[in-house]
Formats: sequence, structure tokens, C-alpha cells
Amino acid sequence: MQPFLQQLCIILAVVLVAPLIGGLLNGVDRILTARLQGRYGPPLLQPFYDVIKLIGKERITVNSTQMLYVITSLFFAVLSLVMFALRQDLLMIVFVLAFSHIALIIGAMSVRSPYSKIGAQREIIQMMAYEPVIVLMVVGIYLITGSFMIDSVYAHPSQLALRLPLVFLAFLYVLTIKLRKSPFDLSTSHHGHQELIKGLTTEFSGLQLAVIELTHWYELVLLLGMITLFFAQPVVVYGIPIWIGGLVALGAFVFEIIIDNICARTSLAWMLKMTWLAGLGAAVTNIIWLYLATGR
Amino acid sequence: MSIMRNSRIKSPWIVHFDCNSCNGCDIETLACLTPMYDVERFGIINVGNPKHADILLVTGSANYRNARVLRNIYNQMPEPKAVVAIGVCACTGGIFRECYNVLGGIDQVIPVDVYVPGCSPKPEAIIDGVVLALEVLGKKEHPVATETEHEEVEHTQYA
Repeated sequence: MQPFLQQLCIILAVVLVAPLIGGLLNGVDRILTARLQGRYGPPLLQPFYDVIKLIGKERITVNSTQMLYVITSLFFAVLSLVMFALRQDLLMIVFVLAFSHIALIIGAMSVRSPYSKIGAQREIIQMMAYEPVIVLMVVGIYLITGSFMIDSVYAHPSQLALRLPLVFLAFLYVLTIKLRKSPFDLSTSHHGHQELIKGLTTEFSGLQLAVIELTHWYELVLLLGMITLFFAQPVVVYGIPIWIGGLVALGAFVFEIIIDNICARTSLAWMLKMTWLAGLGAAVTNIIWLYLATGR
Repeated sequence: MSIMRNSRIKSPWIVHFDCNSCNGCDIETLACLTPMYDVERFGIINVGNPKHADILLVTGSANYRNARVLRNIYNQMPEPKAVVAIGVCACTGGIFRECYNVLGGIDQVIPVDVYVPGCSPKPEAIIDGVVLALEVLGKKEHPVATETEHEEVEHTQYA
């Protein structure tokens, strides 16, 4: 196949398959959460029912620009995932994903509801907390592979996690914030019984909420994909090559669900302090160690 | 649109409003969410936000003060929506019916689809009422074609 056609196929596959995976993972999330709470839980396809229902609801718009921000958010999330699948520049992917979040924040800021606005402000502080850690993760990968391209990660002979263990842990920590799981579900939580109702998404309804949910699915797939980068090389067990990146990503996802269920929410200030202290601290330590060990 | 209808029945999100209740019905309503009854297995989520909700659960009777709030919440919910009156106070006004400040059941203020009698109704009866409301939701026209600007909620004093 020609490279162009091949790329087109990858793009189509990503755009169509990623939401299916994201939705199924969300369904697993809800069932696991229910089981951890001693409940039976909804059917596996529940997230799809929710989104289809939301598409069919009456379209109430608070203002005319709200929809634009939501679609922009979806567009950048899909774009970053497509770039990831095409093994493009990792640093650029991180920035494009940040644009997706910023679009959602502006959308939440565009309405007059205080719940929505406070939710958006909290989301900004969350971004302030996790973005430096993610950028440091990219820097760490660059120090090892000598390139920002994901291609070079796959070309690298050894597992990145072996040389970036602390960066990997910091990324897991940040993943909880990015997935808006407890203890860091400050801007919006899965269940609407927080002091801000639904925070960031309070004023979005119907189709807009469905698009936001779809954005989350794409983002979830991308974030789990980033975990696989740390374990990009297959491990051969009894002559069978096992791609452990996918397994580790699924394990991390289950781990996040358990953390979500055993933690109470923290305060915003605590989150910011701990993320900068522990997250940034771990990542910087790892990078300093890389400098000293490799002499780069 | 059978997929849409199916999804609508399988994903009812609930907002619960306490009009003037003694909290007996509220406790029974929230008991539905506990592991004992676990309504989430029907896809039911208590969202607490009228803009995300499909079904409005109301406990307690309507009076001159809360009628405005109740109508406001009802108006904020996007179509298709259903209303379930829980407990005898919400259905008819109950023992407070003759009070000088009470209007009666909540059907004096907003259209009600399902009445769940009892003082207070058991969680089983409430779940039954919500399932009946799902049938009502399934029968309602789906209003995808209508793109309505959010109507300004009137703040007129009732009566």
C-alpha cells in the first residue's frame, strides 16, 4: 500500500475505533466502580446509551458560541490522537491536547453560571498542576531517544520505563488529574453531587454534553496510549512476543478506578502543592539522574 | 428511531426536588441508590442538574413559595422529560392539603406523568414509578428537529 493510503486508513481507523474503545472502557469503569461499592452496576454498553440519548435530547443552548467551543475541544482531542497514531511529534501532541482542554474551559467560561465558571477556574489550576509534569515526561523521552518523534520511541531497543521509572510514576499520578478521578475530581465529577453540581459541564446539555463525553473517550484512549510508550518493545515469553504496553495501560486504568473509589477529594491547594512537589520532583530527579548516568 | 428510543429508556437521568416534604420520601428516594436497591443497574443516575436530567422526582406538596422554583426546574429540563410525584403530599397535598399556604399536589404547578402514592412509598414503589415514567419517556416524540433558545424563566409570583 502507498504510504498516503496507509496513513488515511490509520486516520479513519483511529477516528472510528477510538470512541468504541473509550466507551467500552468507560462501561468497564462504571461496572468496576459499582462492584467496588457492593452494587451490581449498569450494563457494559451504558455509556453508549447515555450518549445516544443525549444526542436525541432537545437542544437547549445558553449562548450561540457554546457549541463551537465544544466542537473545537473534540476536534483537538481527535487531532492529537490521530497524530499519536501516525507517530508524530510527542511535544506537539501534548500541546494540541492542551488546546482541547482550553477550548472546553473557554466554553464553560462563556456562560454566566457561577458553577460553570468556578469549575472552569479549577480546571485551569489542574492544567497548571499537570502540564509541567507531562512536558517533563516528553523531555525525558527526548533525552533517551534523542528525538520528540514517537517513531524513535518504537525504534529504541530497550523499554523506556526502565530508564524513566520516576517519570512513569509521575505520569500515573497526573493521569488521575487528567481523567478527573477522585481525589482530583475538582472541576467536574462523574456523579453530580458535588458542591459545584457538575462544575465545568453544568451548563452543557443534550448534544453538547454528548460531544464532551465523546471527547473524553478519545482523550482516555490517547492517555492510555501514552502509557504504552513506556513499554513500547514487546517482551518475549517462551518464544511468544507479548506487547506488555497494552497490558500495563489496562492495569493502570484499573488502578485509577480503584484509586477513584478509595480516595476522598482533596483541596485544590493540596493538589497543586503535591503535584508540583511529588510529581515534578520525581520527574526532575529522574531527568537529573539521566544526565549524571549517561553524561548527556 | 428505535435505537434512540431504546437508549432513552435505558439511560434515565434523574433530578430530585424536595418541594415541601418532611424528608420521609427523600430518604426513601435516596435509598434507591444504595447497594440494596442499586438503580444504576437500570442506567439511572441521580444527576442533581436539571439540564442533564430526563426524569424529575418531586416529593412534598406545592405551596406559594416553592411553585416558582418547581416550575423553574421543570422548564430547565430539555425535552423529552417525565415527572414523577412521590408520596401522597406530592400527589394530592396529603395531610397538608387544607393548609392556607398549600396549593395541593405538584400537578397544580407542572404536568405530572406518574403518581406514586404512599406515606412514605417504599423504594420498590419508587423504582416502579420511575419504570412507568420510562414508558412515558419512550412514547414521547423526540424533538431533535427543534432548536430552541433557552426560554427566559418567568419569575412571576404565584397567585
